[in-house]
Amino acid sequence: MEKNLIAITTLCSYYEIEFSFIDALHKTGLIQIVIVEHNQFIHYDQIGELEKMIRLYNELNVNIEGLDIIFNLLEKEKRLREELNALKNKLKLYENDNI
Amino acid sequence: MKFVDYYKILGVKKAATEKEIKAAYRKLARKFHPDLNPDNKEAEMKFKEINEANEVLSDPVNRKKYDKYGKNWQRGEEYENAQRQQQSHYQSTQQGFSGQEYSDFFESMFGGRRTSSQQGHHPIFKGQDYHSELHLDLKDVYTTHKRVLTVNNKNIRLTIPAGVENGQVIRIKGKGGAGFNGGPNGDLLIKFVINNRTEFKRDGNNLYVNVDLDLYTSLLGGEIMVDTFSGKVKLKIAPETQNGTKVKLKGKGFPIYKKEGEFGDLIITYNIKTPTILSKKEKELFKELQKIR
Repeated sequence: MEKNLIAITTLCSYYEIEFSFIDALHKTGLIQIVIVEHNQFIHYDQIGELEKMIRLYNELNVNIEGLDIIFNLLEKEKRLREELNALKNKLKLYENDNI
Repeated sequence: MKFVDYYKILGVKKAATEKEIKAAYRKLARKFHPDLNPDNKEAEMKFKEINEANEVLSDPVNRKKYDKYGKNWQRGEEYENAQRQQQSHYQSTQQGFSGQEYSDFFESMFGGRRTSSQQGHHPIFKGQDYHSELHLDLKDVYTTHKRVLTVNNKNIRLTIPAGVENGQVIRIKGKGGAGFNGGPNGDLLIKFVINNRTEFKRDGNNLYVNVDLDLYTSLLGGEIMVDTFSGKVKLKIAPETQNGTKVKLKGKGFPIYKKEGEFGDLIITYNIKTPTILSKKEKELFKELQKIR
């Protein structure tokens, strides 16, 4: 079994959350569940995002649909920031040329 | 130490009900929550203020004390010091986004501890992600090299792959803040700021450079030596080369990130320099050429 997988049962007790919450996130496509030998896991790489979802759910009362919208927008914002960075770098090609 | 007006921070009246305070807090928290404002220090600070205000005003005991001693916090501090001496065994362990840092004002009044309503709940969270900037020269990132960074008094050995982009962020797992209540450590996110002090301009993996060409070489052709990032190369100039002509030198550009041995291209633009301060003889010869055309 891949060592970077964490059992969902462990996560539920760790973060004090219901399995139904993880399941709802999975059904919405916000996290991926991996099944190994009838046990459910999530990949370590998703822990940071999962924690964000738990915080927004617990601290701001954001429901699953709200989380879906937020994470789509955050992803879009991230891509736009990367694009802005690439454009800024490209702009340097033309800077000082006309001095 | 400056007095902190928690009512003003939450935008509520002094007579606000618990419900109004909660609603004001939630509204502001939704706006400034760090998870919704990545890499935004201003929002992070604002969120801490809001949390602190909520910490005090949402708890009846703390609110009463704040209302009583608020503007005369020093009196409150004296009162609390006496109280604290009696309760010196008490220590809070709860951390997380909800108010892990407090203002000096809060610390002096409430001793930095959590409200009674939140004691006893110990969620486990991954540690804070640390953000850091690493300033490098373009020449530094032409080759893969190792660096030692000091983050929070810890030395971190880092291999910087050739071809890193300006503004690129890399994540080093587990090198951030310690996890809370046994949670995993946070990550270290390093943003590369790459200063270019060379004559080359970079766009992704390609490099661009302008090369001056004298009039006679551009007209008659010849050979010139050109600087590239990896040394000099000899170039053949075709006769009747025009100003602004571009030449692509394949594989002489910048290393491709995490693709060992692969490089972008070097694009050279020729700037033809016409001679100045002509002698009498040169002028005559140019006039002769003009007549032929």
